[in-house]
Amino acid sequence: MLGKDYINVLYIDLEKEEFRYEERKDLVKYIGGTGVAAKLLDENIKPDLDPLDPEQPIIFANGPLSFVMPVCTKVVATFYSPHTKEYGESHAGGRLAMAMRFSGIDAMVITGRAKHPEYLVIDDKVKFKDARAIWGLSVEETGKIFRQHTGGSGIRSSMRIGRAGENLVTYAGINVDTYRHFGRLGLGACFGSKLLKGIVIIGDNSIPIDNGYRKKYRDVYDKIYDTVIKTDVMKKYHEVGTSINVIPLNEMNSLPSLNLQNTKIDFADDISGERFAKETLVRKVACSGCPIGCIHIGQFRREFDVGYEFETVDVSYDHELVFALGSFLGLKTTNEILQLIDVVESEGLDAISTGVALGWATEAYKRGIITIDDTLLPLDFGILQNYMVAVKYIASRKNKFYKDLGYGVDYASNIYGGNDFAVILVVTKCQVITQDMAVLLDLLWVQDIHTLIMVDIPLTRQELRKKIY
Amino acid sequence: MPKVLKVVDRRRCIGCLSCRQACARLRGEFSAANSAIDVKTSGGFTGEFVINICRACNEPACMEACKFNALTLRKGGGVVFHKNNCVRCGQCAKACSVSAIRMDEDKYPIICSHCGYCAKYCPHRCITTKEV
Repeated sequence: MLGKDYINVLYIDLEKEEFRYEERKDLVKYIGGTGVAAKLLDENIKPDLDPLDPEQPIIFANGPLSFVMPVCTKVVATFYSPHTKEYGESHAGGRLAMAMRFSGIDAMVITGRAKHPEYLVIDDKVKFKDARAIWGLSVEETGKIFRQHTGGSGIRSSMRIGRAGENLVTYAGINVDTYRHFGRLGLGACFGSKLLKGIVIIGDNSIPIDNGYRKKYRDVYDKIYDTVIKTDVMKKYHEVGTSINVIPLNEMNSLPSLNLQNTKIDFADDISGERFAKETLVRKVACSGCPIGCIHIGQFRREFDVGYEFETVDVSYDHELVFALGSFLGLKTTNEILQLIDVVESEGLDAISTGVALGWATEAYKRGIITIDDTLLPLDFGILQNYMVAVKYIASRKNKFYKDLGYGVDYASNIYGGNDFAVILVVTKCQVITQDMAVLLDLLWVQDIHTLIMVDIPLTRQELRKKIY
Repeated sequence: MPKVLKVVDRRRCIGCLSCRQACARLRGEFSAANSAIDVKTSGGFTGEFVINICRACNEPACMEACKFNALTLRKGGGVVFHKNNCVRCGQCAKACSVSAIRMDEDKYPIICSHCGYCAKYCPHRCITTKEV
């Protein structure tokens, strides 16, 4: 809509391999990408059909300020969540907002199921590409192939799913440009249900800036840019990063640990944001149009064979991942947490739901509710190797147990028992064990506020804050 | 003293594209592509960033390739673009050995004027202007 009086909506039908653009003046009144995406979902959702039915739509919408003002980099996705069977909304950064903007796409509505695995390349038109050879490949491998086979380096965005999405794990996410995600609520499974491996968008157009506003625009841009770069308002994000929360939360008795059996751990210092920064941080990167550079990249080295054979792996980390795949599972070192994040990334799972699923499975196993016939290996807090394998089992739906676990903790604990210690994230049914309300806030903290509005939570976010501070 | 744009430390780049945004903004456009400075990944986000700029040659190949006097030697290095003379043949871009010239949507070359506006928006001081 930048410089226009309509929202340009790209409709893609995977089944017919057809697309069309529609100029929707009526959508301009909806506020931001979220407003437009919610409206388009409302128009296209089939409430009576399963969330993974081919007819269900996947919506993406850009905001009016993306790549116009500093820091505005998010695209909003809305969908019928296969995880919660509720309204699904997820946001991702990376280069997607920029690429959509300069492809002239304000919003996308994707419906239908492809006749075989496909990926889309969107430039001025939509190309439906064969993805049969790529189906089954990891997020990373898929990204490399997309890069090799499309143009527009620097001005393109690449979304893709891993095996978890292909196999319809209800908390599979979508990877955006390697280090960002539509993580929550199962958008990856929505892609999988459509046999859609990924989307590459190339943003090579430009939009003239109205002559009368050029100076004013530059002034406002500069004011925001200077605030972001020359003051300390964004310090938390570009210095230690969000994982700076680990120590204060632990001190507040609010760090979800060992499937929430504890909210405080004695090794918090060893997995703190400060420790990650000192021991693993090798670089920071940014989303397009944001000068902060908050994406923290940690590196680990792994000896894969005798004879000093090493691989090094770069992984992005944030607070949510450190708690969900770290303290929640009793992993005690930064190196171990990065290794587990790497597997979760590779399979294309949501880090938070995966950590919570593994936490519940571990406690259920230790209590004897499930056995090694279910888990195929002994699960125990702090044992990285088995967790790494278990993540692959969830993504590949290895046996009945892992298939059930792939529908989330709520589903699995209803089948196997152990509902009383299942940490069902607040986005589902608010059954978090709230020994301390701050723990709940920590789990909420990583959620999107729009998602919270949609579910039946007895306390509002404000009420929660009031109780804690 | 004339100034030219230089890459000081490519490895510090975070890929925010604020520089590309700035160049396009100065040209009166919202754009990531239509910028005289080009920043892109090499091997994806896990790889390194490449910063591709006009190297301010003293004997510019682009100028030699232009048969219409649309490019003249700039004091300090590089070229000055005279749009009225340009016939949009694209020979300048082909002649540049470091691929620093891109064409806009109207097929005019985007020529760096070494004004340094992009460098003002580099949060990590990867690029700067230097007197020559």
